[in-house]
Amino acid sequence: MASTATTPSRGPYIAVITNRNTNLGIRGFMLFSIGVFLALVLNLLQVQRNVTLFPPDVISSIFSSAWWVPPCCGTASAMIGLLYPCIDSRLGEPHKFKREWSSVMRCVAVFVGINHASAKVDFANNVQLSLTLAALSIGLWWTFDRSRSGFGLGVVIALLATLSTQLLVYNGVFQYTSPDFLYIRSWLPCIFFAGVITMGNIGRQLALYECKRMSGKTHQD
Amino acid sequence: MTVRERLREKISTAFYRHGLLCASYPVPIILFTSASILACCYPLLRLPLPGTGPVEFTTRVRDYTVPSHEPQGDLGERPDWYRGPPVAYIQQVLVKAAVSPWDSTLVPVDVFRSPLGRVFSLLEEIRNHVHNDGSGVRSLEALCLQVTDLLPGLRRMQTVLPEHGCLLVSPGNYWQNQRELFDSDPDLLKTVHQHEPKGLHTSATLRDLLFGVPVKHTGVSLYSRKRVVTYTITMVLGSYDARFLSSLRARLRQLHPSVNCSLREDHMVHVHFKEEIGMAELIPLVTTYIILFAYIYFSTRKIDMVKSKWGLALAAVVTVLSSLLMSVGLCTLFGLTPTLNGGEIFPYLVVVIGLENVLVLTKSVVSTPVDLEVKLRIAQGLSNESWSIMKNMATELCIILIGYFTLVPAIQEFCLFAVVGLVSDFFLQMFFFTTVLSIDIRRMELADLNRRLPAEAGMPPPKPGPLRPREAPPPPRPSPYTITLQTPAFRNLRLPKRLRVVYFLARTRLAQRFIMVGTVIWIGILAYTDPAGLRTYLAAQVSEQSPLGESGAGGLPPHLGVASVFPGPGGDPASTLSVLPAPAEPTPLPENQSQGHHGAPREGVPHQAQAPPLVPQISWGAEDEEGWRRLSFRHWPSLFSYYNITLAKRYISILPVIPVTLHLSPREAIETRHPQDTRHPPPFIGMYGEGSKQVINPLSLSRVAALGLAAGVLLVLLLFCLYRVLCPRNYGQNGVAHGRRRRGDLPCDDYGYSPPISEISPLLLRGHSMDIECLASDGMLLASCCLAGQIRVWDAQTGDCLTVIPKHGSCLYSCIIGGWEQRDGWDTVGVAEPENLGGGTEPGGGVFDEDEGYPLRRRTTPRPALFEDQPDLTPLIDTNFDSQPSSHLLLTPPRDGFDFGGLVERAYLEHEPPSLGAVWAMELRGNLIAAGRSSGKLELWDAVEGSLRCSNEDGVSGITALAFLNNRIVAARLDGSLDFFTVDINKPLGLLQYRGPPGRSNMPPSPCYSSEDVISCQLTRSVQCAHQKPITVLRAAAGRVVTGSQDHTVRVYRLEDSCCLFTLQGHSGGITAIYIDQTMVLASGGQDGAICLWDVLTGSRVSHVYGHRGDVTSLVCTTSCVISSGLDDLICIWDRSTGIKLYSIQQEVGCGASLGVISESLLVTGGQGCVSFWDLNFGDLLQTVYLGQSSDGQGVRQLVVLNNAAIVCDFGSELSLVYVPSVLEKLD
Repeated sequence: MASTATTPSRGPYIAVITNRNTNLGIRGFMLFSIGVFLALVLNLLQVQRNVTLFPPDVISSIFSSAWWVPPCCGTASAMIGLLYPCIDSRLGEPHKFKREWSSVMRCVAVFVGINHASAKVDFANNVQLSLTLAALSIGLWWTFDRSRSGFGLGVVIALLATLSTQLLVYNGVFQYTSPDFLYIRSWLPCIFFAGVITMGNIGRQLALYECKRMSGKTHQD
Repeated sequence: MTVRERLREKISTAFYRHGLLCASYPVPIILFTSASILACCYPLLRLPLPGTGPVEFTTRVRDYTVPSHEPQGDLGERPDWYRGPPVAYIQQVLVKAAVSPWDSTLVPVDVFRSPLGRVFSLLEEIRNHVHNDGSGVRSLEALCLQVTDLLPGLRRMQTVLPEHGCLLVSPGNYWQNQRELFDSDPDLLKTVHQHEPKGLHTSATLRDLLFGVPVKHTGVSLYSRKRVVTYTITMVLGSYDARFLSSLRARLRQLHPSVNCSLREDHMVHVHFKEEIGMAELIPLVTTYIILFAYIYFSTRKIDMVKSKWGLALAAVVTVLSSLLMSVGLCTLFGLTPTLNGGEIFPYLVVVIGLENVLVLTKSVVSTPVDLEVKLRIAQGLSNESWSIMKNMATELCIILIGYFTLVPAIQEFCLFAVVGLVSDFFLQMFFFTTVLSIDIRRMELADLNRRLPAEAGMPPPKPGPLRPREAPPPPRPSPYTITLQTPAFRNLRLPKRLRVVYFLARTRLAQRFIMVGTVIWIGILAYTDPAGLRTYLAAQVSEQSPLGESGAGGLPPHLGVASVFPGPGGDPASTLSVLPAPAEPTPLPENQSQGHHGAPREGVPHQAQAPPLVPQISWGAEDEEGWRRLSFRHWPSLFSYYNITLAKRYISILPVIPVTLHLSPREAIETRHPQDTRHPPPFIGMYGEGSKQVINPLSLSRVAALGLAAGVLLVLLLFCLYRVLCPRNYGQNGVAHGRRRRGDLPCDDYGYSPPISEISPLLLRGHSMDIECLASDGMLLASCCLAGQIRVWDAQTGDCLTVIPKHGSCLYSCIIGGWEQRDGWDTVGVAEPENLGGGTEPGGGVFDEDEGYPLRRRTTPRPALFEDQPDLTPLIDTNFDSQPSSHLLLTPPRDGFDFGGLVERAYLEHEPPSLGAVWAMELRGNLIAAGRSSGKLELWDAVEGSLRCSNEDGVSGITALAFLNNRIVAARLDGSLDFFTVDINKPLGLLQYRGPPGRSNMPPSPCYSSEDVISCQLTRSVQCAHQKPITVLRAAAGRVVTGSQDHTVRVYRLEDSCCLFTLQGHSGGITAIYIDQTMVLASGGQDGAICLWDVLTGSRVSHVYGHRGDVTSLVCTTSCVISSGLDDLICIWDRSTGIKLYSIQQEVGCGASLGVISESLLVTGGQGCVSFWDLNFGDLLQTVYLGQSSDGQGVRQLVVLNNAAIVCDFGSELSLVYVPSVLEKLD
């Protein structure tokens, strides 16, 4: 008797959201688009270094590098952004440090700033450039992350990404605008590291919403 | 005490004092801060205007050498970009030509055809000029800048601009520098015009490039008034050779002497171009700004619990911005000139400095106890956060200092700005923001006082006013018992998301405002960047103020200096630059000129001409000296950019022009005519008329005006038609009704959407004679107790009264269904009947067995609740028992009805007062009612039979609260002691039958005690001094008993062994509300308005927030949030995990404080004679259900949510059962 029970009056939209796989998909898509966008913008920053005052065409300079670079960056950032919260939950140490959107925004801004500095500031030599960028990246990690798992994952991914990039360059699939090979290699890992930290931060923040919803659901069940 | 602690303490006290100071003298401190901001920003006035205009530097031609790459320290006036060779040297030959004397037989085309034709011979002359001296033979080919291909996108210009050779441009380029093409061109103007870009353009056009003078100065027009044609031949030289140039100059002078020309020829101007922001750079810049705004938005969103959220957010932003300005100002004051692009690094500076401190400060101040004085609150909040603020600041300074030691100039400069910015930001935070905060908080307190005063004075509350959209003032409804507003299903109330977005856009008129702002910005950009616009005007202002701009007419020393960096006072350029002891000698003429070929002046030379229209006068003025200034500042960059040469951050040197004057005879003009030239309409202006100058301009102006007017009228008509088509006639009238919505009117949500109306009738359970004191339910049964000590048990499903306790005698009328009105006091104690509007179909339907004394379980025949369409039967039923003893209540023996009043009264009088005492607490589990009386007696009643099963009189102090969990009863007494009882049944527990569905989280399945069992209740343990003061709240769940007392503490006991686990301290007032559920979440609220969340497992405090001014009256948790209500009539919804306030709902003054959560997203609150349903996700009022006719006076004090989605609340002496049909959904 009295088999009626209360269910929250949620619309079908929310119900879709609560579906775990859909949610994962949405998160992945958001991270992917963020990654593509950042890749395009930062690529533009890098391109400026060697281009004339009047680029012949803006569109062509946006897509001046190979077309597959932004999707690759997007995919990578989606993976990283999903991986970070996953690792956090596996390790059982939820990330509690500065979990706010404002902090995430700050992190993104600093990341763009690091890219900006590497593109615009004239360094005396490559060692100085690499050292400065490394210090900035570590600072980024310390300011916004401070988790060991984040650091480890960042270093590993940065090394892997650098390695794959170098392989691509060796095979001639991809070429930098600047022919200086060593120059490129010096700053690449740092940028990768900072990017991983940033995307991880975004991914964790996005996952926070899902966590809340999930916990609510399990309690209810 | 370590150094650290001592330091911490010192910092804390210093901050405390500072906070007191700031809060005490707000106005002087704000004035002082503003003054210091202004003072620090003062040096900014000396900075150049932002912009990417070129910068100039002038040197003398005579001793010019190509500057070396190494910076030379001794030349202080030399700008730092003046290093190395320039990109190119520009040598212009300025040609002024006229046909003179003018003849009436000439046609307008003659004005420019033959003068333009002379360009080819001049070009020939220049190309072939060879300078030969001892060192070798030089020609233009050797010196000029060799260019290669045009950029790929400029194919259409290939015929006009030179490729693969010298960059030498002149109007001759229109005809590929071939005289034959020129001669055979029937329409010169058309040729010139066909290369002009269509539409609006702001940079240099091809015509400017080739003519080298602005269009209106060329004189190539049919309506030229002066009949003088001006153009230049521009040579771009890759290397500088003074001798070649001077010989060329001399040669041209010799061929075409300019008699009255006194142009100075001793200065060359170096023009440095800054980097221009192109689209490619704009995108990253815009991105950083978007990120910055997102950061600011997300930061300021966290400001809460203040009077004016936006005001404080603005103050925070102002703090950061003005600290940046101060930083730049201070750096400039101490001699550091910013070299970085300000717009680019600005977002990063803001992000580095951050808004965090400001927010931390606000939060800290806000979370201090509200009952303190404002001064003390500020001081306390400041000193609480002092250590973390100082620590953060020290960390940031350290990071920046590390950055400083990277020794990269750009980063060093950035760090310097950041350090000064941080320090000034700290200063502003401490003085400016703190003071603003104190003012804000004081305002809030005043406002709060104003709001509460009338309520406390017992006056009717002021009208709701334009407070917040979420207040819930339910005005009395004219029709009783019908309520409700909105649709049967709550779900339908939530509009689809996209509609919400659209409505939001429509409400805020976002799109229009956006377009408006965009238009304004666009116009501003146009005005700024247009060649003839603001920017050039500004540049001209700057260069005018600089000593460079004017030509030194009076033998001033040659000006050397950087234009626009030192825009000295316009009046005396000499005084600022007289440091340079330059020889003030007259213009030295090249020696070659002394050959003096003056032979060819004709009669028409200017100073002889009396009639200006007749003889066009060629005059050379100071403005011709640097004619390139009148061109767009993008002239040279765009010329070079066509060949993929950038001028950004580089400079070009412009050599003094070579003037050439050409006088052509009318005969020559006629000879060079093309046959078609005469077919042009003859000039309609009088040949000698003065009025000709007015003709051209008014003509085109009036044409444009007429066109514009016509277009405007058309546009208005079109819009009007659109409006007519799209909008109904009565749009405006109905809109008013939608705009403002008053509660109690026809409900509609914020978007003007009013759903179909459905009505829910609350089921009134009548029977109690006095106000209901206690209410308990286990889901199936409902027990209520009134002030008189009478307990009634109701069926929670149907609302039927099952039992009345105490019974009187053997005959008891447990329930009579009918329309009895409760008229006076005690007469009808035993025969009270529940009002059952919906169930009226079966009055007294033979279900009760009078002789047995208790009703059958009516649950076996569940009746559908058909409440919707039933009329109000109350007035129809004759309530006069005397006259109609058994007309429709056949089963009721008349005698009972008659002599009942006296019987009960007697029984009551002899029974009640001495022995019983009022029931202060009651609990219902299974079919046992535990009642705690003021006498300290604990009684266990059978809920179905109404018999007393056992009682315990161990304690003497009144029982203030009861908890009944499993087989244990916990009683809190007035003296602060806590008694644990065990209910023993002489039947093994395993045989207990459980009934009912698995309850919700806080309702464990209750065992059912059958009537045969012997039940005993034994005191197992008594904690004598559980609290120092009376226990106010007692809650039990999950094997824990939690008590709250007026002694400011909360205690947690284990239920099994009644052992005290924790004593939780943290409140600064008595505990007024506690919530605990199966998930071990414990929340407590106190008289101080604070809400604490505790971890029951560890006894640690999870969060501590101040949400209310006054007592927290009620607390409920859902899985994601905590809901609290307070004496301030505010309902606050907090995030459970973070303790952040999500939102609050302002209710009407004097509303009840009872709360209940029906489902995860549905909140119900009791009000004045009504209950309101809220959507927890959005904080919207879903529905208000009015309980009775007289909504005034009686508030809902208790509210119990049953697990069949009904709520029960007390309403004076009545109970009200409200079903919430929309949340009834079958699970299985």
